[in-house]
Amino acid sequence: MRFSIDEVAMKDAYIDALMELAEENPQIVVLDADLMNSNSTIKFLKRFPERAINVGVQEANMLGMAAGLAAVGKIPFTHTFACFNARRALDQIYMSVAYAQLPVKIVGTDPGVTAAFNGGTHMPLEDVGFLRGIPTMTVIEPVDNVMMRAILPQVAAMDTPVYLRVNRKQPVKIYAPGTEFTIGKGKVLRDGDDLTIVATGILVPEALEAAEALAEEGIGARVINMFTIKPIDAELLIKAAQETGAVVTAENHNVINGLGSAVAEVLSQHHPVPMERVGVQDLFGEVGSVEYLQQRFGLTSEAIVEKAKAVLGRKNS
Amino acid sequence: MMLEREEQQRLEELAKEIRIATLEEFGHLGFGHIGGAMSIVELLAVLYGKVMRYKPEEPRWDGRDWLVLSKGHAGPALYATLALKGFFPYDMLKTLNQGGTNLPSHADRNKTPGVDMTTGSLGQGMSTGLGVALGLKMDGKDNYVYLVLGDGECQEGQIWEGALYGGNAKLDNLIVFVDYNKQQLDGYVDNINPLGDLRAKWETFGWFAQEVDGHDVAQIYEAIRRAQEVEGKSSVIILHTIKGKGCTFAEGVEFNHHMRFTKEQIEQAIAALKGAEGNAV
Ligand SMILES: Cc1ncc(C[n+]2csc(CCOP(=O)(O)OP(=O)(O)O)c2C)c(N)n1
Repeated sequence: MRFSIDEVAMKDAYIDALMELAEENPQIVVLDADLMNSNSTIKFLKRFPERAINVGVQEANMLGMAAGLAAVGKIPFTHTFACFNARRALDQIYMSVAYAQLPVKIVGTDPGVTAAFNGGTHMPLEDVGFLRGIPTMTVIEPVDNVMMRAILPQVAAMDTPVYLRVNRKQPVKIYAPGTEFTIGKGKVLRDGDDLTIVATGILVPEALEAAEALAEEGIGARVINMFTIKPIDAELLIKAAQETGAVVTAENHNVINGLGSAVAEVLSQHHPVPMERVGVQDLFGEVGSVEYLQQRFGLTSEAIVEKAKAVLGRKNS
Repeated sequence: MMLEREEQQRLEELAKEIRIATLEEFGHLGFGHIGGAMSIVELLAVLYGKVMRYKPEEPRWDGRDWLVLSKGHAGPALYATLALKGFFPYDMLKTLNQGGTNLPSHADRNKTPGVDMTTGSLGQGMSTGLGVALGLKMDGKDNYVYLVLGDGECQEGQIWEGALYGGNAKLDNLIVFVDYNKQQLDGYVDNINPLGDLRAKWETFGWFAQEVDGHDVAQIYEAIRRAQEVEGKSSVIILHTIKGKGCTFAEGVEFNHHMRFTKEQIEQAIAALKGAEGNAV
């Protein structure tokens, strides 16, 4: 299967959409920690200089300030690489933001292996786990620009905190313009009755490719894009488990605490079926190109096909 | 304590070699954190060319002095220095950032021979460096810890937690350097979150603080020796530097933190460095 790559980087689709919202909603405020040029928030600074803050290199302070801004009615969006936005400022996110019920929107860029040449120190493979464990937090990984534009107004309108896990680069095009999305509802991208592949982020195109390869062998794989990892769409998952009887999850994250864990939590309780998880197998990140790292950590369509066959073997035994 | 003329020339020559090696290393890749690598070259030349005790064949020798490169994104300049000093083959520089490499963009103590501490998330080297200095003191050892911070990095709260503790702890085996190149990722520090009177800030935290020209090897050397003579105080040396220093396509450019460059640009930059010495290529 050949996907076309969007000519617009997701960080630009994002910031353009945010600026549109900001035109109408004067409460939207942008904060960044010395990565405005990397995250394209520099555009927001140029357009709304009075509503954009570059705090410098100080993530914990940024998150705390965002909470304070939210307390006086602003809608703050914080930006930096996901490793710093989620990991470095976690205590501030927990207490000043979530526990204090201040609805900050946290935008973590370069998740998982998309941190590529910044290497292992910068490679968040645990952020979904950290954030998912905080009550009231919504965790979303937009897959392409169509989705990003569609969900951003919903994100801005939420009165609870949100973590957006954003691949800055040019994404693969998955959805047709105009497609609608609801936060908390997964999207079925392809039907199939033999097994279900549940994927997010850069593993979505891999999942579709895997489904194509499986189809050539007569195996019908349903593909769900579970872009909201929390709250997870339990209804859709249970239905898929009932109808297909086997599940493979695929994510650009540690298999511990990420999408795979979230899916297992639902299914083990409501409708246990054989399951396999594609993701980083509890390893630290490394430096290299995204392509190299996907191979290195088994984040590929081939890995999904392999796990699909394994899970089918268990289903049929 | 004055640096002799010949020694000065030798260190200046080493600085030039480090710059060239760093450029060659980046050249294989076509992009990288060039600005902040170039601004610490004279410091690295003085430390590895004269001041520090180390054994390239035994990188974890327990008599060594430690370098904590808290601004870990300048790793490539450190790697170039370590390669020139024989910690690993010069050719290994070609592997910078390639999949499977031992030279990742941020310094990693488990990957690169001669790298003493893992850094990359700014601010953290301040604390790990303090810990190393404290531990060495507990053991009654005389190893020094040299700790390098960026100026943008000084916006991190963790730096000032460390400054408070380090000032109170009176670690006379610790010398902190601030690479005050006046620029961070998004441009000039003064336009983002200025540091004000940096020296006064460290002084009020109880440190012996000095300010020198960070591209003058003699000034750096003499400041280190003065710091070493001070007893019962932690030391900081603020290095006034220029981001991208000595690299034709990076010096004086506002956004020179992470750049893309061509092979030709690298060749021209190297030629300019060689030419500056008089033996043009
Ligand atoms: C905690 C943290 N936040 C953000 C970054 C991304 N980052 C890398 S370098 C840099 C700018 C650092 O500026 P400075 O300390 O002045 O370094 P220099 O100019 O010497 O390269 C930023 C924001 C990081 N590595 N760590």
